[in-house]
Amino acid sequence: MKERTKLLLIILVFLACYYVPWSHSTIRQAGLEAFMMLQEYAREHVLTCLIPAFFIAGAIAVFVSQSAVLKYFGATAKKILSYSVASISGTVLAVCSCTVLPLFASIYTRGAGIGPATAFLYSGPAINVLAIVLTSKILGWQMGLARAVCAVIFAVVTGLLMAFFFRKDDAARTAGQVYIPDEEDKGRTLLQDAFYMLTMVLILVFAAFARPEAGSTGLWHIIFAVRWYVTAFLLTVLFIMLKSWFTKEERLNWVQSTWGFMKQILPLLGAGVLIAGFMLGRPGHSALISEHYIQALVGGNSLWANLFASVSGALMYFATLTEIPILQSLMGAGMGKGPALALLLAGPALSLPNMLVIGGVMGMKKTLTFCLIIVVLSTIAGMGYGWISG
Amino acid sequence: MEIKILGPGCPKCKQTEDIVKAVVTETGVDAKVEKVRDLMKIAGYGIFGTPAVVVNGEVKSVGKVPTKEEIKAWIEK
Repeated sequence: MKERTKLLLIILVFLACYYVPWSHSTIRQAGLEAFMMLQEYAREHVLTCLIPAFFIAGAIAVFVSQSAVLKYFGATAKKILSYSVASISGTVLAVCSCTVLPLFASIYTRGAGIGPATAFLYSGPAINVLAIVLTSKILGWQMGLARAVCAVIFAVVTGLLMAFFFRKDDAARTAGQVYIPDEEDKGRTLLQDAFYMLTMVLILVFAAFARPEAGSTGLWHIIFAVRWYVTAFLLTVLFIMLKSWFTKEERLNWVQSTWGFMKQILPLLGAGVLIAGFMLGRPGHSALISEHYIQALVGGNSLWANLFASVSGALMYFATLTEIPILQSLMGAGMGKGPALALLLAGPALSLPNMLVIGGVMGMKKTLTFCLIIVVLSTIAGMGYGWISG
Repeated sequence: MEIKILGPGCPKCKQTEDIVKAVVTETGVDAKVEKVRDLMKIAGYGIFGTPAVVVNGEVKSVGKVPTKEEIKAWIEK
C-alpha cells in the first residue's frame, strides 16, 4: 500500500467517525445488526462448515497434482479435453485469483488458446470448493447446486463462444517451450487420495447437517440424530489415514496451506459479514438501507432485475467468499432468487480491476466480449432459475 | 548472474523471493535478484504455474517454493 493511500484511508475513517450520526436510531440499529450477523456466522458456520472446508481446500492445494491437470492446457492437447478440464479445474487449482491470472496468460499465449484460457479464467474463481460449500450452507443447497452446475456450463459455453468469435487470430500466438510443474513422486495410490478427500467431504457434510423441520421423521431425522457419532467415527478414520499414509512433511504442508487459506480468507469474510449486516441487516431485520429500495431494484424475477444483478455483479469486486453474506442480506431484504443466482455467476469471476488486467493480456475488444457473454449468460440463467424456483 | 522470480504477489511468491535472497546472501554469489510481476512477461516464459524461478534465462522451478539446497545447486555452477 502506498503512503498516500494510507493517508487517504485515515482521513476517510476520521471523517466517518466525525460526521456519521452514530446516535441516530437507524445507525444504532445498523451497527447492532452488523454484530448480530457476525455472531450468527460465528455460531452457525465457522466450526462446522468453514474450518472443515479450509482443511479440504488445503488438502487439494497440497495433494492434488497440478501438473496432471495442467498438461491438458498445453498447445498440443486435445481441444475437447482442454475444455472439459478447464471447466472443472477451478475446484482443483484456484482459490485465489492471483494464481488464476498468470495461468490464464500462459494458457492464452503459449498453450491451448483463447477458448480453454477463457473457460479456465471463468471457472477458476467461480467454482472453488470453499465457495460452493459455503453457498450451499448459507443460501441453501439448491442455490449451491445451481451455482456449481451453471458455472461449469458457463465456462464451456464462454470458452467455445470466444474461440468462435476470435477464430481467426488464434494462430498469432507465440510458440515456444512450455514449463509445467514437476510431477511429484508420492507414496500413495490415487484410490487412497480419493478416500482421504472423500472422508473429509463426508465430515463436512455430517458436521454441517441442517436440522430437519420439526416433526419430520424418516431418514433425515435419523441422520440428524446420529450426526455427531458419525462425525467422530469419520474423524477417527481420517486420523488413522493421516498416520499411516502420509509422511510427517506432507502433514505439515497440509496444515500450513490450510493455515494460509484461513489467514487469507477469514478477515475478509468477517469484514464482508460486518458490512452486509450494517447495510442490510440479517434476513427479516432492517438496517441502514431500506428494504423497498432492494425490492424495487432486484426483487421478483424481471429481465431488468436479473440484468441489473449481473451487471453490478460483473463490475463489483468481491473478495473471496464475501459475496455470500452480502447476498444473504440482499435476499433477506427482498432480492429475488433469480437475480441472486445471476449475481453469484457474474460476480466473483469478474470485477473492474480484474477486467483491466485481462484487458492487458488479450486486448480490450476480447475482454469486452468476454464480459458481455458472461453478463448475458448470467441474466438468462437467473431468469431460468427464478422461473423454476418460483 | 541474474535470478528472476516470476509471480504476481501471492504468499508463496513472497516466500520464494525471501528464500532465494537468503541463499544469495549466504553463499555470497554475485547475483541480481529481480521480481517479475508483469503478467505478460511471466507468460512470456511459458510457465504454467507460479511462483517460478529463472536463473540466467533458464526456467529452474515452476509452481512451488524451492528448497535452499535446490537453489544452491542452481547458483553454484
